[in-house]
Amino acid sequence: MENENKNKSGNGNWSPRIVAFFCNWCTYTAADLAGVSRMKYAPNTRIIRLMCSGRVDPQFILEALARGADGVLIGGCHPGDCHYVEGNYKCLRRFRMLKRMLVDMGIEDKRVRLEWISAAEGEKVKRVVNEMVAEIQELGPLGIPKKFEEWDKEIEDLKHEIENKEKEEVAKQ
Amino acid sequence: MAKPKIAIYWCSSCGGCEEAVVDLAEDILDLVQKIDIVLWPVAMDFKKKDVESMSDKSIVATLLNGAIRTSEQEEMVHMLRRKSVYMIAYGACSHLGGIPSLANQFSREQILKFVYEDGPSDVNPEKTRPLPSYVDNGRDLTLPKFRNVVRSLDQVVDVDYYIPGCPPTPEITKNAIGALLEGKLPPKGTVLAPDIALCDECPRKESKPTDLSFTEFWRPHQKEIDTEKCLLAQGIICMGPATRAGCGALCTKGNMPCSGCFGPTSRVRDQGAKILSSICSNIAPKEDEQIDKVLAKIPDPVGTFYRYGLAHSILRRKVSLPTNGE
Repeated sequence: MENENKNKSGNGNWSPRIVAFFCNWCTYTAADLAGVSRMKYAPNTRIIRLMCSGRVDPQFILEALARGADGVLIGGCHPGDCHYVEGNYKCLRRFRMLKRMLVDMGIEDKRVRLEWISAAEGEKVKRVVNEMVAEIQELGPLGIPKKFEEWDKEIEDLKHEIENKEKEEVAKQ
Repeated sequence: MAKPKIAIYWCSSCGGCEEAVVDLAEDILDLVQKIDIVLWPVAMDFKKKDVESMSDKSIVATLLNGAIRTSEQEEMVHMLRRKSVYMIAYGACSHLGGIPSLANQFSREQILKFVYEDGPSDVNPEKTRPLPSYVDNGRDLTLPKFRNVVRSLDQVVDVDYYIPGCPPTPEITKNAIGALLEGKLPPKGTVLAPDIALCDECPRKESKPTDLSFTEFWRPHQKEIDTEKCLLAQGIICMGPATRAGCGALCTKGNMPCSGCFGPTSRVRDQGAKILSSICSNIAPKEDEQIDKVLAKIPDPVGTFYRYGLAHSILRRKVSLPTNGE
């Protein structure tokens, strides 16, 4: 039953939507390099540039998933190379806990990924994005907005019933 | 002039919020001189039909405590919403989902199975479960429907104000009712408590280091706690930095960490994510393995960080659970 929502049939045209938070100094520059070098990789990421991976508030990740992302990718500078010295470590520590918590909340491990990608590693951007798209393709859509809708159907019925009853009463008077 | 009418009602709650109203002590005498209580199931004998017969908006305010889980609770809150000028979520459960919303980690079936079959004190060889309707000797018996999802009040009806806390303190309650009676209410949707973090009113604030550098976490019973030093500095998970002030730092004054019942301030959407962010970024190690070792001392992140607010968190509920729990 738990896998019901992951049923891939009927989603023939579906392809993963991944929100990527890339740091300004390393990973975003690497993605830029990949572009300038005319590398081809899966078009499924929506990249958001932040100054540092340490700026990635766990709320951003939850919000992205809750608004319909199938996965979230975070890219930062390699350990020791952070432009702000410690930002990527802060990101890593939050990430280790958040991953555990997300699994407890029913979100598969592979949907959220952290990678260290330096400004010179355009090739790695390509590899990581392609890998992640393939993995999420395998998992199927996460579809949280649709789940919110489904969850709330159970209270809609009663709400309508009450509204109808009220209308009837008003009509009687 | 007739005294303003107030209703107090409970849904999925423990009764602590009702107790909190009684905790107003002698001030409650003052209060009942100024208002008429028209519904308060725990203390007075008014019935649902008494309120139903009142005209719409004739109650000034309903103070509603408890999370919403059954169809009967939904029906009651819709009715009270219609009869009241102000609908006020009273206490952590109606404000954020509270402790009952931790059940959003489990499916309806898992819960019913445990409660009616697997619980250690259960004696139910025929595995009887409550049914929404049943005919006994020609009499139609019904029970409310048990929903798949636990909800905060504002996920069911429109809410005007929130009074936070598990339970709200007498001070917070008194101020809120005072503001209501004097008509000095802030904009709709406001949480009626200070909009700053608990640390700001905690007597231990001075001893909170800038760099916490956690190397180990302790649960309160695992350690002798220093009565004056910041609890975080002692490696105890304290929700203070991500929790709204207003309780007067009751728990930290009692040598226990804040567990987060006042919910987040207005600048934070998701209390659990925010405290996770704050605490985890401050641990000392830099390598995966050592980081995990420190974090292993937080055995239940959802229960720790979302103790009072899972229903109102960004994800609301374990997302892989089924909805058709029949």
